[in-house]
Amino acid sequence: MSDVERVSPADVHRVAELSNLDLTPDEETRMRRDLNAILDYVAQLSELNTAQVEPMAQVSEVLAVAGEVPTEKMSVLREDVVRPCLDRERVMASAPETDSVFFKVPKVIER
Amino acid sequence: MKTTVAPASIDSIRSAIAGRETTATAVAEGCLARIAIEDPKIHAYLSVDRDYALAQAARIDDLAVKGEALPPLAGVPIGIKDVLTLQGFPATAGSKILEGYRPPYTATAVRRLAEAGAVFPGKLNCDEFAMGSSNENSAYGPVHNPHDLDRVPGGSSGGSAAAVAAGMAVATLGTDTGGSIRQPASFCGVVGVLPTYGRVSRYGLIAFASSLDRIGPFAANVRDAAKVLGVIAGYDPMDATSSPLPVPDYAADLDKGVAGMKLGVPAEYFAEGLDPEVRTAIEAGIEKLRAAGAEIRPISLPHTRYAIPTYYVIATAEASSNLARFDGVRYGLRAPQSDTLASMYRRTRDLGFGAEVKRRILLGTYVLSHGYYDAYYRKAQQVRRLLAADFLTAFREVDAILTPTAPTPAFRLGEKSDDPVAMYLADIYTVTASLAGICGISVPCGQSREGLPIGMQILGKHFGEATVFRVGQALEKALAE
Repeated sequence: MSDVERVSPADVHRVAELSNLDLTPDEETRMRRDLNAILDYVAQLSELNTAQVEPMAQVSEVLAVAGEVPTEKMSVLREDVVRPCLDRERVMASAPETDSVFFKVPKVIER
Repeated sequence: MKTTVAPASIDSIRSAIAGRETTATAVAEGCLARIAIEDPKIHAYLSVDRDYALAQAARIDDLAVKGEALPPLAGVPIGIKDVLTLQGFPATAGSKILEGYRPPYTATAVRRLAEAGAVFPGKLNCDEFAMGSSNENSAYGPVHNPHDLDRVPGGSSGGSAAAVAAGMAVATLGTDTGGSIRQPASFCGVVGVLPTYGRVSRYGLIAFASSLDRIGPFAANVRDAAKVLGVIAGYDPMDATSSPLPVPDYAADLDKGVAGMKLGVPAEYFAEGLDPEVRTAIEAGIEKLRAAGAEIRPISLPHTRYAIPTYYVIATAEASSNLARFDGVRYGLRAPQSDTLASMYRRTRDLGFGAEVKRRILLGTYVLSHGYYDAYYRKAQQVRRLLAADFLTAFREVDAILTPTAPTPAFRLGEKSDDPVAMYLADIYTVTASLAGICGISVPCGQSREGLPIGMQILGKHFGEATVFRVGQALEKALAE
């Protein structure tokens, strides 16, 4: 177990709420233990000085910088034109509850 | 107990059908019979559709009867990991939240296989949303390793690897986000390919971590794996990250050997934590390649030890975002009798997701949340660039890199399932290539004393698949001699 308790019970609760997950008290305890163990392991990243390093979000960025693959060959956005989408009937066939035009959900406004 | 068998090759099946020595229907029946006998022990398939497979086979037989040219994968049974869609067929992603879901469209990679004449016996078991290294996170029960039924097949594409090893498919599709093709290929003694990021369209793949996810083939030998990749690779307007670079004929240079090639061996992959039997097997494989004429060079990939923590920050951050879509509104499970929309979301996700998926969503949400973003997420993205730079530097000196695929042979079911960090370390040699976006392959390279397969990982630069296949083929040939 860690010397520093990085993730508190309140943190787990808040993150579960942000994630739309309901955790039982047992699950909260277990998840707090696991998140602390994982973040202890992740903490070794702080050994590295990355002040001068640009974050990398996509593989295409390093290829472009390295000149490995010409930028225009990396990825191509298609033309912004209206095209047919998936057939509504087929899509609605998967819906848990539908009036065949809209998805139906429980009431949104609490009062 | 072993239940492995070497299946017929793609070319032998296709030419036997063309020469009327057999029929695609007979091949499909043989595959389905094998599944009926072996799969109750192995549990590689989550769904099998006999009628669909036989209808696909009948179309190939029609062509053969008319004497028409057969497509490249004519009559070849190919299983599909259950994170890929085939319109109207189950696509559970190994999760209860997608139980009963029938996708309204087909993944591009799957469509390309069908157009090339492949026959689909069914959809394959995997860790829930491809999150795992042992297949024990499947909501439908684990897959058993055909080489030893008490051991895991690896993960997350455990069903895809086990199906090929047990002769229940000639090839399969899997997906690899941090090692999910290469590690199970190693554990099950088959070939598994990680194509370059962008080489294969992900349209129709249920997303886990979009900057890392890739689709690739499993097969019993390098040539078959190369053939399947040739079919599924290439630009697709439905995936903006797919590359328009032309797809070479991967089979063309396969037999050219490794004479004169420079192959790098990174010291960091042979350090503490490597099982001695794996080390011995990989070193023996490297000597075979040297004897075949390759120049073996020691190299360094200095940031390797930071790859696992980097990966688990980036992959979980992306997963927490991707998995927000599972909310009970449009498809899949909906928790019954919820009073409000908010409680319906929470109860659906609580019922539908397993423990590892929840753990990763929570971790991903945490590292992206206010106050922690710079310390974790941004930091990991910076280290990711350093890891990618390690490889770009190395590939100025060498044509390919040789490493073990996994630090150990297949472990026992239940051995690591209670310790997430120990489980994550099963991917220690595979996550680096995932983060860098380069390609690779795992090729069988000997066995442990207990008869468990060991895989060598061969890594190539971006879009260097042809080189990787060529080295893999040379290794396969040298080990067979």
